[in-house]
Amino acid sequence: MAPRRGGLTGMQRRRRRAAWLFLVPMLVTLAAVAGWPLLRTVYFAFTDATLFDLDYYQFIGLLNFRFIATDPDWWRAVWNTLFFAIVSVTIETVLGLVIALTLNARIRGRGPLRAAMLIPWAIPTVVSAQMWGWMLHDQYGVINEVLLRLGVISTPWAWVADPALALWSVVAVDVWKTTPFMALLILAALQLVPRSVYEAAKIDGLSPVGIFFRMTLPLIRPGLMVAVLFRALDALRVFDLMYVLTGNSPSTASMSVYARQQLVDFQDVGFGSAASTFLVLIVAAAAALIIIAGRIRFDTAGS
Amino acid sequence: MAAAARALGTVAMLAIVTSGNAVAQVTVAISCSALGVEAKLCREGAEDWARLSGNRVRLVSTPNSGTERLALYQQLLAAHSDDIDVFQVDVVWPGILANHLLDLHGQVDTTGHLEEVVRNNTVDGRLVAMPWFVSAGLLYYRRDLLEAHGRTLPETWRQLTDTAEVIMRAERAKAGEDRMWGYVFQGRAYEGLTVNGLEWLASQGGGRIVEQDGRISVNNPYAVQALALARSWIGKITPLGVLNYAEEEARGVFQSGNAVFMRNWPYAWPLLNAEDSPVRGRVGVAVLPRGEGEDGAHAAGLGGEQLAVSRYTPRAEQAVDLVRYLTSREEQKRRAIAGAFSPSITDLYEDEEILAPNPFFRDLLEILRGAVARPSGVTGVRYNRVSAEFANAVHSVLSGQAEPGDALARLEQRLERVSRGGRW
Repeated sequence: MAPRRGGLTGMQRRRRRAAWLFLVPMLVTLAAVAGWPLLRTVYFAFTDATLFDLDYYQFIGLLNFRFIATDPDWWRAVWNTLFFAIVSVTIETVLGLVIALTLNARIRGRGPLRAAMLIPWAIPTVVSAQMWGWMLHDQYGVINEVLLRLGVISTPWAWVADPALALWSVVAVDVWKTTPFMALLILAALQLVPRSVYEAAKIDGLSPVGIFFRMTLPLIRPGLMVAVLFRALDALRVFDLMYVLTGNSPSTASMSVYARQQLVDFQDVGFGSAASTFLVLIVAAAAALIIIAGRIRFDTAGS
Repeated sequence: MAAAARALGTVAMLAIVTSGNAVAQVTVAISCSALGVEAKLCREGAEDWARLSGNRVRLVSTPNSGTERLALYQQLLAAHSDDIDVFQVDVVWPGILANHLLDLHGQVDTTGHLEEVVRNNTVDGRLVAMPWFVSAGLLYYRRDLLEAHGRTLPETWRQLTDTAEVIMRAERAKAGEDRMWGYVFQGRAYEGLTVNGLEWLASQGGGRIVEQDGRISVNNPYAVQALALARSWIGKITPLGVLNYAEEEARGVFQSGNAVFMRNWPYAWPLLNAEDSPVRGRVGVAVLPRGEGEDGAHAAGLGGEQLAVSRYTPRAEQAVDLVRYLTSREEQKRRAIAGAFSPSITDLYEDEEILAPNPFFRDLLEILRGAVARPSGVTGVRYNRVSAEFANAVHSVLSGQAEPGDALARLEQRLERVSRGGRW
């Protein structure tokens, strides 16, 4: 039966209704678990509530936001977070690409290799951060020991204490942890590329480098951009890595560490909520930027 | 008739329930630190009480870092949780947690305990915590190294710097000893750095960050000098890694034989003399150095732990009884002998059985009486913020990111803002 002009058939209407019925429980749960706390946080951001006595607070308008905007520690945290996100995502993408291309080739032991590769990603961040903290210890850490014996460095380096090195150490640990995740996502995108494309390119006489840049990269771009989006949003929200490795130190604190310090250490719910709201806005802006710049589209399957 | 029967029944029930105290077994949850041998001693003490009183105890372990433990407590108490009945409370927390703690006045006897600590634990006339053990920052030194190089115990900070440098250089000149450092302390940006920084300032005439009357005194020339001296240690007699050291990391370096001096709390003493310690029998303890001249005074940071009872516990009577037991003479004596935990009951410092394993206790009481407390009383609920600002400022100076004068000037401004203009 042909659809009526400008309307839906009965079956289409029924399917729409069924779709909504299936979605509603999930939407309700999401609103309760994610939406309500988010709205409450934004609400508290306009008050001077403290955890000492959460029942008595007053509205103070944009005062918290003004305090944050004039706090050099906050802008330091923003810079730390952006630096961390950009550097770590870039390194992870490049390394992930290399590893994924390697794993895409038909080598023996590919299956176990893929499984073993996931181990850093599988270990909880807090555990691996603590482990790396001990390894990077300047006096009795194993990294310094190995480097000293190999003669690469002459005196032990303070990887997590030296302000010039600390942020790079955090980036390095994150790269160790998350490159497998990126590699796996990129591998999934690579495996969707049909072999015939490569054969055609070889017949046409394209060099391997040319194949990579002219054929592979454009074909995996959607999957790659999704992986980059995931990682970038994760990196902007980073907390446990910096907190476990360097504590509240302002030279490496991320926005989440700052917000937590205000909220939990200082018991200042208003200020901490304002910092969290600021964080959400920055993450949303970054997400929008990546989606637009990467031309990621969510409504079609593939480009 | 029916109403009378019901009333009688209720009274009978009440009688049975309230008379069943000796039979009813409650589980009291206590959270004590797991640092060093504390966990073992705490468990033994609590289980002794449990046996004697016919109840049960459950130990809840908490993070080592004081800052993190406080955050955990604040979250629990803000939620009015009854998960933990008895809290081990640091010396600077009574002011912050006072609203959530039971008043122990009249229920536990405080005679014989150090008065300064009892006063510290009394907020708005309520005794919110019982003193458990007191501690003060101490200077640990390698007796064998000082003897071998013919140096005396340093009396001032400059003497410490010189002695540490001389010994460090001499030791490093020997083959295979290139890991030796002069002085290790707690330099991570957390509460421990506040104590270290306060010790430097107070011992060299630099004040106590915020004075008793609320005046912010931290920006003064003596404080600038003190921080400049500390900054000069980094890279010379102190490893750069000290910027991330808490108590355990510093102890690790000293205990493995790689430092001449260490600043730490008394808890490290039994660990340094344990069977498996590389420096067993070669360590001495002394009072921390003072500044030069007449403004210099020995100023150890006051520490220690208290026991407090949560206001939200349904087992108040048993919880208070546990506190009474743990802070009693016998228990404090046992802890002093087994773990070098300096008691808060003053006449125990003359007890020979306690002095035998801990000879430095003889001088400790004087050190404790002269110890400098952090400004937690005057700053009240804002203490955490003050401590974090101060620790960050000192950390920025130590790491070379700021000059002492600039950092202290900026710190003064920020403290003015936190204190709403000096009105705490």
